[in-house]
Parts: sequence; structure tokens; C-alpha cells
Amino acid sequence: MSEEISLIIEAGRTEKHYWLDLWRYRELFYFLAWRDILVRYKQTVIGIAWALIRPFLTMVVFTVVFGKLAKLPSEGVPYPIMVFAAMLPWQFFSNALSEASNSLVGNANLISKVYFPRLIIPASSVITSFVDFLISGVILVGLMAWYRFVPDWRIITLPLFIGIAFAAAMGAGLWLTALNVKYRDFRYIVPFIVQFGLYISPVGFSSSIVPSRWRLLYSLNPMVGVIDGFRWAILGSESKIYLPGFIISMVIVAALLITGIMYFRKTEKSFADVI
Amino acid sequence: MSDTVIKVDNLSKKYLISHQQTERYVALRDVMADKAKSLGRRVLSPFRSSLSAPRSTLEDFFALKDVSFEIKRGDRVGIIGRNGAGKSTLLKVLSRITEPTTGRIEIKGRVASLLEVGTGFHPELTGRENIFLNGAILGMTKAEIKRKFDEIVDFAEIEKFLDTPVKRYSSGMYVRLAFAVAAHLEPEILIVDEVLAVGDAQFQKKCLGKMEEVGREGRTVLFVSHNMGAIITLCEYSILLNSGFIEAIGLTSNVVSKYTIGEQQTENTFLPERGKRTGDGRAYIEKVKVSPNPLRTAEPVEFEFTIDRSHDGRDIQVELAIAVKTEAGTPLFQIYSQHMGRTFLLRQGKTIINAKVDNFYLAPGNYWVNVWMGAGDEPVDWIQNAMLLQVEPGFLVAGQCADSRGYPVIVPSSWDKIDLSPDFLE
Repeated sequence: MSEEISLIIEAGRTEKHYWLDLWRYRELFYFLAWRDILVRYKQTVIGIAWALIRPFLTMVVFTVVFGKLAKLPSEGVPYPIMVFAAMLPWQFFSNALSEASNSLVGNANLISKVYFPRLIIPASSVITSFVDFLISGVILVGLMAWYRFVPDWRIITLPLFIGIAFAAAMGAGLWLTALNVKYRDFRYIVPFIVQFGLYISPVGFSSSIVPSRWRLLYSLNPMVGVIDGFRWAILGSESKIYLPGFIISMVIVAALLITGIMYFRKTEKSFADVI
Repeated sequence: MSDTVIKVDNLSKKYLISHQQTERYVALRDVMADKAKSLGRRVLSPFRSSLSAPRSTLEDFFALKDVSFEIKRGDRVGIIGRNGAGKSTLLKVLSRITEPTTGRIEIKGRVASLLEVGTGFHPELTGRENIFLNGAILGMTKAEIKRKFDEIVDFAEIEKFLDTPVKRYSSGMYVRLAFAVAAHLEPEILIVDEVLAVGDAQFQKKCLGKMEEVGREGRTVLFVSHNMGAIITLCEYSILLNSGFIEAIGLTSNVVSKYTIGEQQTENTFLPERGKRTGDGRAYIEKVKVSPNPLRTAEPVEFEFTIDRSHDGRDIQVELAIAVKTEAGTPLFQIYSQHMGRTFLLRQGKTIINAKVDNFYLAPGNYWVNVWMGAGDEPVDWIQNAMLLQVEPGFLVAGQCADSRGYPVIVPSSWDKIDLSPDFLE
């Protein structure tokens, strides 16, 4: 048996062991994500292909509507690639948001019967969405091969932007899931956020078409910064990043994540009583 | 070793309970509707105090109040008490699922709690997958689960169905698998809540054996159960909780007897209204009180009839009977005053008549009871299925009857052995 662990439980005491516990339960992240992925495509005929079909079809629609019909500019690269470079982080963010926000309520039986750091539940649903993200990344590679598009050195910065997308999804997810435990209204609010978000974020079009005096305001949407970052890294020299806007987006992502964790930690103790 | 592993100081847990309506969770809709309503009320009748229409009253409810105790390493401790005494809340606080309102707990060592069998099982996943998932949720590492995998499968007896989704399992298989995973945890402190209530008698025995083994290995076990037999066999010490307070703590035998005595004082009254009633109406059986509550196999039972004869006229001579049937309605036996040579004269007003049975030799289970009051062969008041008696496991002379095995009536007996083997002569 391992070392002697001494534990003190007291009212209102924020546990010192929390982050240590999180580390101790690290395998649970993996198992919960693994469960969600396994379960997701059980009893489906084409299985994991769903992770490819959905973003692909959305990309086709956006290319036709914004690229062909509305003839919006494409930052000098094939329109499908430009759309898909944004589609990836957006799908990741929106899936993570919807799954994370329902994750605690969906696992109510676990919460009222077993102890583990509750943060694991929303975090592993973000991880699940991240797996989908990686799978649909294959489409991007395919598109690049099809259009013979070779990214430049900036592609190596992509992991940084993936990290930012992760932080944004996590921050917003934590807020929404904690709120959803108490106010089930958020079950209805989240689909709205996701639906509107698709149009107010620069997914189907380039953010350069936003008039410059509105751009700073536009960047209050944290996904604007994330998507611009993705485009900057993937599309190469043609794509320019709007620095002030990007910084604002990053500040908002950071604020979202930090306050999300704080709010989650604060309400976490009463989850078992409220859920 | 006798050092303290769990130390609980003045622990309290308060819940807010609301009377009236209210759903389990707050919806913004309700909050807003409420605001609008009170605004409307104020506009319509501006002079009435807003206090006059409270929406719901909140009340503090202490599930645990000033509970203190210590548990030493290697102790197996039973926690008993009636429903709502705070047992489960105590376990929840100890396993960190919910936070105490006041007080302090010190725990040394890794805790694993088993408050429900099969927590986190996913119906779509196979038995194999669920072993890993459930193990991880209960705090095992992947390596640990791999090491014990065969043992778990063995214990659960489900080799053949390892790759079948558990949604297709029979409920028995499901429970066996779930307990098997939990039983192979290796915590220093194991907290178990009434999980033995499921599964058949043989499996329960297996589980109890496993828990005894855990205790023998020097680990601490906290065990909640309503099954006194299990508590007595498994635990040296016990804690009796009563509406959030510790009523007794100490050696199991003392605590359990205190609990059973306490139980006897609580009433178990039946108002025979819902049964089918016939009779000439000269008198009524108003109620029948059965004590103790709950009834236990082979323990004494008392039936107390309250009879009302408001009808004025001549006094009547009645006899009383209790007929016991199985839950399915098969007649079993009767307890009849006339067999004992007793009849009773009923004067106008109320009368109380008692019947005592020294040893109620009925196996655990549910039984329908008819009550009969007659004058000669004429029914004065006859109620069929007046009550459903619940009989719980109890001790006979030295053995225990935990299960009827389909034969509800027990006949006490004595047993002897004569050895005829040759080595007896030496």
C-alpha cells in the first residue's frame, strides 16, 4: 500500500489535496473519455465516420453559400481550406461546449455516489470532443492534398492555438456545466449559443471582411481570436492576424478559464446536494 | 495496532427543506415568474404587506447533529438506525461526496466507498469494459485492475458473458459483477452502504465472507445495514444513529439490542379499512396493533385489537381470530381465541383485547392477515387482507433464518448425532 495519506474534512475548507487528487485520478480522465467515445458510436452503422461527415458537409455548404454565391474573399487560398481551417476549432469548441455543459447532469448518479474531483467530468467531455477534432483533422489534410496546398513554417505553431481552443472550450464548459447543475435552463441556452456562435464567429468567412472599426468589438468573441490563430498558422503568409483583436480574445479566454475554474470549485461542493 | 484512523468531531450536516411545491432544482423561469407575480400583487394591492403571501417555507433540517466518534485501525464498525436516521448522510460526508455544515473529520489512509452497486456502469459497454470503467471510478489504477481482472471475473462468475453489453445481463449477473469489482479494491478504509440487500442468499453470503476477509487483513470497514444478522456476524463495534444523533456506540451486541428494544416501542398499527369487510355490524374492529415492529422470525409477537361497540343493545360474546396467509394467498395457520378456550364479553364502548404468541415461527417475508370477530359461527366483523405483515430475519436458538426457501412455516426442532464409525471405539 502507498504512503499514509491524511485527510481532513471540514466545512468550507478548500481542499489542499485537490490538485494532487486530480493527478491521482488522472486515469479517470482517460476512462471517462474512452467510455464516451465507445458509447457514442455503438449501434451505429457507419460509426466513427459521423465525426467526418458532419464537418465535411457543413464545409461544403459554407463554401457554396459564402464562397460561390456571396463571393466573399478567401485570403488567397482555396475557399474550402479557409473554411475548414476555421471549422476545425469551431466544431471542437461547440461540441465541447454542448457535451461539457450536460456532462455533470448526465453523470448525476456518479456525483451522488462516488468521490473524485468533479472537474474530471467536464474535462473528459472536452477531451472526447478533442478526439473528434483530431479525426476531422484528417479532412483538412485531405483537402490540402487535393488542392496541392503546402503550409509554411507557421504550421508548427498550431499546437499553441489548439491549446488556446482547449482553454476556451474548457472555460466556457466549466461555467455552463456548473450553472446547469443548479439552473436547468442552460440546457436550452447552450444550443442557442452554439447555433448563433456559428454565424457570429468567422467560420464561413474571413474575419477580414469585418469593417475595421468594428473589429475590436468583434474580437470580444473569444472564438474570433482562436479561429484567426488557426487560419494564421494553417493558411500561411496570405493570412494576417489582427493583433489588438487577438490580444483581447486571448484575455477573454484566460478570464473565462480562470473564473470558470473558480466558479466550478466554489459550487462543486454542493453538487451532490443539488443535482 | 490500535491507532485511530477516523476521527469525527461534532459533525453536523444541515439541509434546507422546503414545504409546498418547488421542484428539485431552481429554474430561472420560476425565479422570474415569482418576481413578476409579486410585482403584480404589489401593483394590484399596494397596501398589503408583501409578507402575506410566502411562496414556500424553508426549514432547516439536520441530517446529522453533533456526531463524534473514533474508529481504530482494523475495526469493523456497523452503523445502524431506522430509515432517515442519518446513516447514509454520514457515509456520504465520510466519503467526501457532500460537505459537512460544521465539524471536522480526520481520516488516515485511502478510502473507498461503495454506496451503491454498479455506480458508473454503462449499459452499452461490455462486462470487460465496465470492469475497467467501474474500477477507475472507484479509484483503482489501470495496472491494478489488470492485475486483478481474472480474480474479479472469477468472483462474479461471468466468464462467458465478458463481451456482452451489460444491458443484456440478468439483474443477478449485473449485481455480481458490480460487487466483484468493488470487492477487489484494496483501500485502507472501506465504506459500504447496504449493498447486500441485492442478490440472492448465496451471493450475500459470499459478499459477507469477502468483507470479513477484508477486515481480517487489517483494513477498516464501515458497514451500514438493516440486516442485524449481517451486522452481528461482521462487526465488533456498532454505532446506533437516531434522527441525526448518536444514540448508542460500543460493542455490537449491546448496540443491536438497544436498537431492537427501541424498535419495539414504535407502533405498528393497522387500520383495517381497505380490506374486504363483512359482518352484522354489532361491533367493529377499529384497529390492530402489532408489536414489535419489525417482526422477526421466532421472536414473540403481540396483537392488540381495539374494538368499538357503540351500538346499544345486548352485550355480545365474541371470539377473535387472526388468520395468516402467504403473499400469494395460500392459507397457513390461524391464531384463534376459541382454541385457547377464550371468548370475550363486549360491553358498550371500547374494548382492548390482546393476543400473544411466544415464538412466531414464520420465515422472513410478507404475509396477508385476515382478522375475524364472531359470535358463535356468525361473523360480527370479518376483514380479509386487513394487513400485510412483514417478517424480517431473526435468530432461532442459535441459528439464523434468513430466507424461507419457499417454506414459510418453521417448526423448532432439536438435533442429535450418533457416531457409528469404527474409530469411535478407539
